[in-house]
Order: sequence, then C-alpha cells, then structure tokens
Amino acid sequence: MIEKRTWSSLLFDGLNALVLLALTLLFLYPMWYVLMGSFSDPFSLFVSNELLLLPKGFSLKGYEQVFQNPNILTGYKNTLFYVTVGTCANVLATSLGAYVLSRNGLLLKKCFTIMVVFTMYFSGGLIPTFLVVKNIGLFDSRLALILPTLVGTWNMIVMRTSFRALPASMEESARIDGANDLVILFRIVLPCAKATVAVIVLYYAVGYWNSWFNAMIYLQDKSKYPLQLFLREILLANTANGATSSGFEESDMLYLEDVVRYATVIVSTVPILCVYPFCQKYFMKGVMMGSVKE
Amino acid sequence: MTRCAQVLPHRQSFRGRLARDLRKNRIVYFMWLPVLIYYVIFHYLPMFGVVIAFQNYKPFKGILGSDFVGLKWFTEFLTGPYALRVIRNTLIISVYSIVLGFPAPILLALMINEVRCPAYKKTIQTVSYMPHFISLIVVCGLLHDFSSSQGLFNVIGEAFGLPRINYLASTSTYRSIYVLSGIWKQMGWGSIIYLATLSAVDPSLYEAAAIDGAGRLRRIVHVTLPALIPVITVQLIMRLGQVMSEGSEKTILLYNESTWEVSDIVSSFVYRRGLLENNHSYGAAVGLFNSLVNVVILTVANYTSRRVANESLW
Repeated sequence: MIEKRTWSSLLFDGLNALVLLALTLLFLYPMWYVLMGSFSDPFSLFVSNELLLLPKGFSLKGYEQVFQNPNILTGYKNTLFYVTVGTCANVLATSLGAYVLSRNGLLLKKCFTIMVVFTMYFSGGLIPTFLVVKNIGLFDSRLALILPTLVGTWNMIVMRTSFRALPASMEESARIDGANDLVILFRIVLPCAKATVAVIVLYYAVGYWNSWFNAMIYLQDKSKYPLQLFLREILLANTANGATSSGFEESDMLYLEDVVRYATVIVSTVPILCVYPFCQKYFMKGVMMGSVKE
Repeated sequence: MTRCAQVLPHRQSFRGRLARDLRKNRIVYFMWLPVLIYYVIFHYLPMFGVVIAFQNYKPFKGILGSDFVGLKWFTEFLTGPYALRVIRNTLIISVYSIVLGFPAPILLALMINEVRCPAYKKTIQTVSYMPHFISLIVVCGLLHDFSSSQGLFNVIGEAFGLPRINYLASTSTYRSIYVLSGIWKQMGWGSIIYLATLSAVDPSLYEAAAIDGAGRLRRIVHVTLPALIPVITVQLIMRLGQVMSEGSEKTILLYNESTWEVSDIVSSFVYRRGLLENNHSYGAAVGLFNSLVNVVILTVANYTSRRVANESLW
C-alpha cells in the first residue's frame, strides 16, 4: 500500500526505527563487548573499567591460551560427534514418526497421536527419567546424550503437518510404480519437504551444540564431555557452581582470566552464529506448521 | 447405510480390522517401531517410575523390591521448611517472566511489522534471533562476568549513580537479572510466530482502515492486534500452563547458596535433593507433585479460555 506521507506517519516511522535501533544495539552489544574484550591486551583489560567499543590494546593471548587448552579440543571433537550423529539419528527417527502420523486410514493413528501428544503435557520428571537411563545401562555412555532426546515431539508434529500438505498424487503414482512406504518417504516425501527438514535439522543441531544438562548428569568420563561442559568449567570456575580444574595453568590465570573467558565464548559461539542466518527464511514456516492443531 | 451393508455383508470386529490393517500397512507399522520404543522407554517408563515417589527407593533393591511408604515424602515436603520457599520463588519468577516477557515479543513483532525498509526489517530480525542461539552456559557465564563488582553492569550502573554491587549475589537483584536476561534471550525468537501470523493478514484491511481515516496507531489497534488475538490466546494458555515448570538449568547455573532464599525453585530443588544428595524418592515426589499442579493449571487455563475466548489447545 502506498502510504500518504503525513507528518504523523513520518514521525511514527522515525520513532519506530529509533526504538528498534536501540533494541538491536541491546541485542548486539554484549556479544560485541565480548568480541572486543577477546582481542584486547589482557593487562589493560584487567585494569580498565569501562564500556568497550574497540579492543583495548591488541593481543591474541586469549586465543593462544584457548587453542592450547586440551579440554577445548576434546570438547570440540565430542560436540561435533554429538551434533552430527545425534542430528542424523533424530532426523531419521522424527521423519519416520512424522510419516506414520501423516498417513490416512491407519487404524491406530489416533492412538499413536494421543500417546505422543500426552508426553507434551505430562512427564515422569527428572529423577525417574534419570533412573531409567541408568538402569538400561546408558550411564556414562555417549548414547545417553542421544537416545533420551531422540524425538522432539513438537518437531515431529511440525514435520507431520508439512508432510500432510504435500500433494497426494505424487505418492499415488509412485505406489502404482510399486514403491513401498520406505521408498516413498525417502525418495519422494523428504525431498519434497526440504524446507521443513532444514529447519528441523537446524533445531536438533543447535540443541545438541548447546546442550549440557544431560551430559552433566549422565557422563562421568571427562573424555566424553561435550564442549559446553568444559565451557562451564571455564566460565563459571570461580563461582560456587563451577567444577575445579579448567585445564588452564593456574599461575597465568589471574589477569589473563577475562581475555581467556571472552576468547572461549567467541570460539564456542561463532560457528552457530554463522549458520543460523542462512536458515532464517524457513523459521516462520516451521513455527506456523507447529501451531496447526490436530 | 443400506448400501454399505450390502458391500460389507458383515461388519468386522475391531480385532479383525486391526489384523487386516497390520497386514496391509505392515511397513508403516514397522516404521513406527523405533518411535514407539523411544516413547515407551524414555517417556512412559519414567511415568511408571514415579511409583518410587511412594517408596523408600534403594538403588540396590530396585523399583520392585523397595518398601512402600505411601505419602511420606509428600507430607515431608509439604510440611517441611522448603516447600513454601521453592513454590513461592517459582511462582514469583514465573509471574515476573510472564508479565514482562509475554508482551515483549508481541510488541517487537508489532514494531518490526511497521518497518517499511525490507533490508532494515531483515537485519533487525536476524539480530533479534541471535541471543536464542547463544548457549545457556555462555549466557550465564557472561551474566556472572557482567554482574560482578567490576563487571559491565556495574560500569553502566555507576554512570547512573548506582552503588557497586554483585547483581547475582544480591537477593534484591537476582530475580531481575534472571528474568530480564531470559527476555533478552527469547524475545526475538518469540516474535517469529506473531510475525508469521501478521504476514498472512489481508493488506486490503489496512487500506480500508486508512480510507476510513485511521492513523498508524489506530490501524495497529483495530487491524493488526485483532489478527493476533487467536495466536496470543493460545500462546498465553500454554505459557500459563507452564507457570510451575520453570526449568532448573538456568537456576543451577546462576544461583549460589547466598541467594537460595530468592533463587531456589522447585526444579532446582528436585535436582539438588534427588540427584546431588541421591534422595531419589524425595526428589521424585516433589517432581510428581509439581507435574500434577501443572496439569491442573493447564486444564483450568484451557477451560477458561474455551469459555471466554473460544480458543483452546484441545
């Protein structure tokens, strides 16, 4: 619509843009501060006490420390494993479930749907879940980070909705050509629902990248820790919540601490911040599909 | 009806139809198997596992061998000194989050929706989603860093004449840091659902309103907001249904003993008692109590909304 350029309308636009600019800065500044802090000279940063717009002095000491820390490397490797294997397993299981729930004329479908949706409103809780995982022998196993979160119910419902929106004619012609349901899912349905699959992959991958709670309660062996748990030790080391050794030489830490923390944040966060803008156009679609009711 | 009866001479029993369906759709049912196993093991077994809340559960005796103690743990929790504290803290933090955090994404969506320049609009959206992708560990680590007496918050606070305090260690500011950082993290992401709804609004409605002489604000009030009401209602019911289910993760990362009086919530209490102190039955009882309260709240919210606004989850 072509808006008439009245004064009040222009004023409205101006104010709106200004408030949004302020909000944008509020969203960005903490990460900017951390980024600038990570490139600063450790000692100047340690004694300074002000907002940073640019690095204070310049040094890569923080990054040197981070890349020499064996824990970061171990954590990165483990996280990459959890993200890739976990995401693949999750997407596979989720699309199988979503395909079944999108079928018409399945006698037990309603029963399956209720069974799945019920878990969104009621759960056994932390302790019983923990005991189940422990009793089936997953304690201190890498699988404990993948299997208990194999299917996200909400993600499965999003996928089911998008499968259902596909035209039935393609599937029918494939069936006439002798394709069974597995072939239809992997050769026709999934390729046609690429956009939704992309969103779901992103959700699962981000979830694995950022998750730590299950790792904290199920893992004991440090060589299996994901990056986030090592981050916790580094970032929260001197609070009551952190564990003890962070993998750094203690003697250097006093004034290096800030730069090292900031560099660690940057190293662990940048990969994900580089990925999500490319999937952004799919977010709205994904959200809308999840909100369609049965 | 009669014609149907002619085609199917005798109606099959449910079992007969099921057998036929299982045979005809065997591949589909086979595909469901992994999902079924997952839900049974990781969702339904724990639901049956809550019986330990009524037992004196000992790991070496197992669920079947442990002694039954009835409602012992529930009475111990509800009459003990901590029930009031953790329930009060959960409610205060939740209500505080809802009052400030629920309207925030709606307002953001309304503002973004009014931006005319597509590039600016897209940039704001991208930036506002960013905090959602930053891990909780990083956010909480930075909150500790910024809240310390030498940290960023104090640098800013001092410019406004506030005294230097550790914001996370002080009982008067802990909850504000907790709630405001949550809004910072989720506001942009939460606005997506509203923006998606608004992108489907018929532009001719705006034109008609403009011809009738409605200014920008009046169009927001009379066209944009009414289009959002159904989504807002459903989102609000869901949010209210979660009023007692504030997760433990953020609290575990932010609190320490000095702030337990204001920071300890039900889920963090369950974690501490049940897992750190290995009092499984007690933890399970508190968790179950909380789940039941949640279900009741959600049902009431859903019922009210169906009566009042004709919108509901089920």
